[in-house]
Amino acid sequence: MDWQAITLSVELALATLAVLLPLAAMTARWLAVTGFRGKAWVEGLLALPLVLPPTVIGYYLLIAMGGQSPLGQWFESLTGHTLTFSFSGLVVASVLFNIPFAVQPMQRAFEAITPEVREAAQCCGLTLWRTLYRIELPLAWPGILSACVMTFAHTLGEFGVVLMVGGSIPGETRTIAISIYDRTQSFDHASAGAMAGLLLVVSLVTIAVSYGLVERLMRRRRAV
Amino acid sequence: MSLTLDLRHDGPVLDFRAELPAGRITALLGPSGSGKTSILRAIAGLLHVRQSSIRLDGETWDGDGIHVPTRSRSIGLVPQSYGLFPHMSALRNVETALTHLPAAQRRVRALQAIDLAHVAGLEERRPHELSGGQKQRVALARAIAREPSVLLLDEPFSAVDRSTRKRLYVELRRLHEQLRNTIVLVTHDLDEAAQLASHLCLVRHGRLLQSGPTAEVLSRPRCEQAARLLDIPNVFTGQVEGRTDGRWLLRWGPHLLRVAGLPDDQRPGPLRWAVLPSNVLLARPDKPWASHLENPVPALVQEVVELGGEAVVQVMPEGMPEISLQLRLPTRAIRRYRVEPGRAITFCLRSADIVPLNGEA
Repeated sequence: MDWQAITLSVELALATLAVLLPLAAMTARWLAVTGFRGKAWVEGLLALPLVLPPTVIGYYLLIAMGGQSPLGQWFESLTGHTLTFSFSGLVVASVLFNIPFAVQPMQRAFEAITPEVREAAQCCGLTLWRTLYRIELPLAWPGILSACVMTFAHTLGEFGVVLMVGGSIPGETRTIAISIYDRTQSFDHASAGAMAGLLLVVSLVTIAVSYGLVERLMRRRRAV
Repeated sequence: MSLTLDLRHDGPVLDFRAELPAGRITALLGPSGSGKTSILRAIAGLLHVRQSSIRLDGETWDGDGIHVPTRSRSIGLVPQSYGLFPHMSALRNVETALTHLPAAQRRVRALQAIDLAHVAGLEERRPHELSGGQKQRVALARAIAREPSVLLLDEPFSAVDRSTRKRLYVELRRLHEQLRNTIVLVTHDLDEAAQLASHLCLVRHGRLLQSGPTAEVLSRPRCEQAARLLDIPNVFTGQVEGRTDGRWLLRWGPHLLRVAGLPDDQRPGPLRWAVLPSNVLLARPDKPWASHLENPVPALVQEVVELGGEAVVQVMPEGMPEISLQLRLPTRAIRRYRVEPGRAITFCLRSADIVPLNGEA
């Protein structure tokens, strides 16, 4: 069992959540409450990671974050090391390929809040922040929980993009999925099997628990 | 001391100017899609109107480059489906409207509002555990908790059953007696408007057709569209012929009617006019000396339909086979004077009850 890879994967998932969740929540609410020309294009762009092969995303990220790119050069001048093949680079890549997994459940949750409830909050004298804090976030909580679980589980299991952008540097970019691949390549089936099993159980438990929680929350909220 | 509105908008179309009296219940009455709810939303600041002026007692909410946001307006809104916060108890719903107060005062004020709206005992229930009438009252409690200058009610009784609605009418009137605030009630129900409002605005296609004290608007529509909106079936065309003894003479088929209420500069010519079915009088056949009755018109009874203690009678005035006029009479009068299909009767129209209608609103 490669505990270093497991720890790294969990750290990557938590870092991704910390960066992505607030940004995705704001984007999701914005998409839920506004209509504008070209909205379908914006939604399509955000959903791209769902349909693009991970190697394609990985390739473009590698180009965008490499030493020749403005982003890569800026990062290197700032930190002294490259963005690609580093944990920071993995976080950037992970945030990007998880966008649809975070945005879509939250967008659906914000869309489910009726305009009358939002307007009632305004008539109650609540500011936008108070409305978010007291009304919208508690109501959208099942969607936020789903977004967290999906992002967490998806980050643990992502392989293609991580391999393209990060390679397999122990303690830096070798996540559990990469480690399983490496162990399989070197015929260490016992270790690969144990980690694959662990990933399977963790993924199944998190998703089942989150579905159960969401169902309970929805049942309590059903029928206004 | 009034709420002054001047609203012009393109989608939905609004071209609405009105002055709603302070401290009274004003009903905005109109068919579905007439723009009533948009007017209410504009007052609340929820609809950004292209060109608008909204003033309350000299305080500008909209206009002159000012737009006071909804949360800063002294309003309480009860939306059509109540807009209760589903994750909160009734008490917390009401307390949410009181975040401007220190926490200690919130509970006290919320409980007072709940008491006023007659939902005491239901404080801990969530919206899905309340009936339609209870939800409506919780929404009302939340709206009045802030002690708003203007209370906005958007068809608040449409989703409750008839008996609950009648009870809520009484409670709303009682509440208004206590609070004496300005209430704007949106409804498409003529009876509801007549029972609750002391001031009535008739709205059609986003425009004000007529406004004034309810009794006056109900009995004297100013234009044909208003008459249709007030469900007045008796709208006819006559010919103004001249004037005698200070009253205008109106030719209606073979009949000559005396009419009050026409302006002095009225010109002879065609005139649309209306009369309320309840204002059409039956001349008693047992009193042949009824020469004092105004505008007697002989007619033939076509149909009698009894509805509760009242009968709707359709008659054909003599010499006018294409015209059907409606009367509403107590059923005891129907029996007593044997008003039956095929019988000849005489009805009378008081000159003051003949309402001239303008072609344009």
